[in-house]
Amino acid sequence: MTRFIIRRVIQGAVTLWVIVSLVFVLFFLSNPDPARLLAGKSATLSQVATIRAALGLNKPVWQQYLGFLGRLLHGNLGESYKLHEPVTALLGQWVQVDISLAVGAGIIWLAMGLSVGILAARRPRSVWDRSATVFVLIGLSTPTFILGLLLLFVFFYILTTHGISIFPSAGNFTPFLTNPAGWARDLLLPWLTLALITAATYARLSRSSLLEVLGEDYIRTARAKGLSERRVVYRHALRAAITPIVTQFGIDLATVLGGAIITETIFGLPGLGQNVVSAIGREDLPVIQGIVLVAAAFIVTANIIVDVLYAAIDPRVRLS
Amino acid sequence: MSLSPFGTSAEIGEILEAGEAHAIEGRSPLRLALARLRTDRVAWIAAGMIVAMALLALFAPVISAVTGHSPYNPDLINGTNGFGQPYGPGQAGFLLGTDNLGRDVMVRVAYGARISLLVGVLATLLATIGGTALGLVSGYFGGWVDALLARLMDAVLSFPYVLAAIVLAAVFGGSLGLTIAVIAFFSWAAIGRIVRGQTLSQKEKEYVEAARSIGAGSFRIMFVDILPNLVAPVLVLGTLLVPVAIVFEATLDYLGVGVGPPTPTWGNMLADDQGSAGFGAWWFWVFPSIALLITTLGFNLLGDSVRDALDPRTERIFATRRKVPAVADLDASAGAGGLDNAVERP
Repeated sequence: MTRFIIRRVIQGAVTLWVIVSLVFVLFFLSNPDPARLLAGKSATLSQVATIRAALGLNKPVWQQYLGFLGRLLHGNLGESYKLHEPVTALLGQWVQVDISLAVGAGIIWLAMGLSVGILAARRPRSVWDRSATVFVLIGLSTPTFILGLLLLFVFFYILTTHGISIFPSAGNFTPFLTNPAGWARDLLLPWLTLALITAATYARLSRSSLLEVLGEDYIRTARAKGLSERRVVYRHALRAAITPIVTQFGIDLATVLGGAIITETIFGLPGLGQNVVSAIGREDLPVIQGIVLVAAAFIVTANIIVDVLYAAIDPRVRLS
Repeated sequence: MSLSPFGTSAEIGEILEAGEAHAIEGRSPLRLALARLRTDRVAWIAAGMIVAMALLALFAPVISAVTGHSPYNPDLINGTNGFGQPYGPGQAGFLLGTDNLGRDVMVRVAYGARISLLVGVLATLLATIGGTALGLVSGYFGGWVDALLARLMDAVLSFPYVLAAIVLAAVFGGSLGLTIAVIAFFSWAAIGRIVRGQTLSQKEKEYVEAARSIGAGSFRIMFVDILPNLVAPVLVLGTLLVPVAIVFEATLDYLGVGVGPPTPTWGNMLADDQGSAGFGAWWFWVFPSIALLITTLGFNLLGDSVRDALDPRTERIFATRRKVPAVADLDASAGAGGLDNAVERP
């Protein structure tokens, strides 16, 4: 177990190093000139050169790369070219948005997906099952940004033009600690946007997984000894059926934590996703590096946790 | 007259002959599947949706010529009213209204269908060909080739692809070719993984041994003997990958890193419209959205029907979908249910 974790952590560190190096290569391939962008249109050549020197961009690329790796080992991600703040501080600020997004949306999609899936699996080919099918089909076919626009249109625009302003427009975010009620109000529509579409995947996953388990011999045994259907489904079957869902949940949650680019863009939320897009636009390498690193780290960590959890839930799985 | 209860030998011969006419004729699995597909009502509806969109794309220049409205050029004089406001649907001869630059939304939606279908089908085709070839090579040869390709597939599948696409678009500048390449690059691994798993099990079968014993080379065994046995899963995956590619394209364009203006695409129509007009002009984004939904729904339904026709044992829409933990071998995902692993939304 310990050896497994150590090995996976080392593998994860290597993955992160590869990704960070890849970003470096891609960035310099694009022949960037952030100094020029920062200096503005009317800057003289010497002003641009001064900025370039201040950012360390006048050094050879390999020196910049080694310098970056050296600082990274000390937990220093450098300073944003444009915002003149340490990247670690900025990341800490932006990641709050994504944590808020992930927590709310995760709860909604898990609850919704599981209940639809269980309902459908308990009565295959019933009306419930068929409605679940339609739900899944629509969920799989709808792009996130269309759902987001639709929710904004219905709950913000139509309601507000009729004098009911419950939901705020895009571009609002209240930190949880400032005002929990305002936090939830601002995030409800983004949560639903993320959750409704993801829930479709979970409904399908939990239904098929549960149906498979319900066909097993030990379920027949449980029924034969006279257990109530409720107990059979929730105690015996669900426990075995939940493993693939746990796995999927870990990965999905990590993906949202690393920045929900589309949802953040639609609702104007200042999270990692929106900021990485604008950082790419202004060639702000330290910020791009920082966000990509954090996003990848979330996924790598989630993979390790999921594998360990998998072994904990399902005793047949051995970690090696 | 014969006393035989079965009639005369001539009569028996007739009966036998008649029976032969009704004998079960040998039908290939593909023909059986087609026959099943033909009786599937959902498949017909899905095909209808796709054909409608294809016709819209095909006749986009005709629509533009008949209405006399260009999909590219802003026309503030004819396309907006005296106050510079866009026309709503049905006003001033614009069936679906105009956008804030006075361009006909209907014409632009029709032109958008061209990009969506082109990107969806081409990217899927490239991904399917690449994924099948690399999956076959990986599964057939094994060893270090397999180790390398399998890790590569894992890496591609776990990469945050929207982010990667944005970075690539920033590096090379958004274009139609790049969009197709990016989508194909992030989709081939899904097919490659399934094909690899299937190849692993197929190469142990007797027919492969037989082919080898008569002197067939590796290339022939892979592409002539094994490949036909993988048509079913590849076909299903391919169909289900098209809507994913179409949504991917629309997403890139929505984020402004896809094909880009002035080419009208459903994605950039949605993005333009949200930014400039707000929600008062609902027709800006409702019509491209509907077109996009019809297309993705059509392909998803069709893919589901194709799967059902090729393998009636699997369940529709809902199929087993498990993420394989890293501790288990990758091959566990190659079963029938593994097919669904491939299809992810951006």
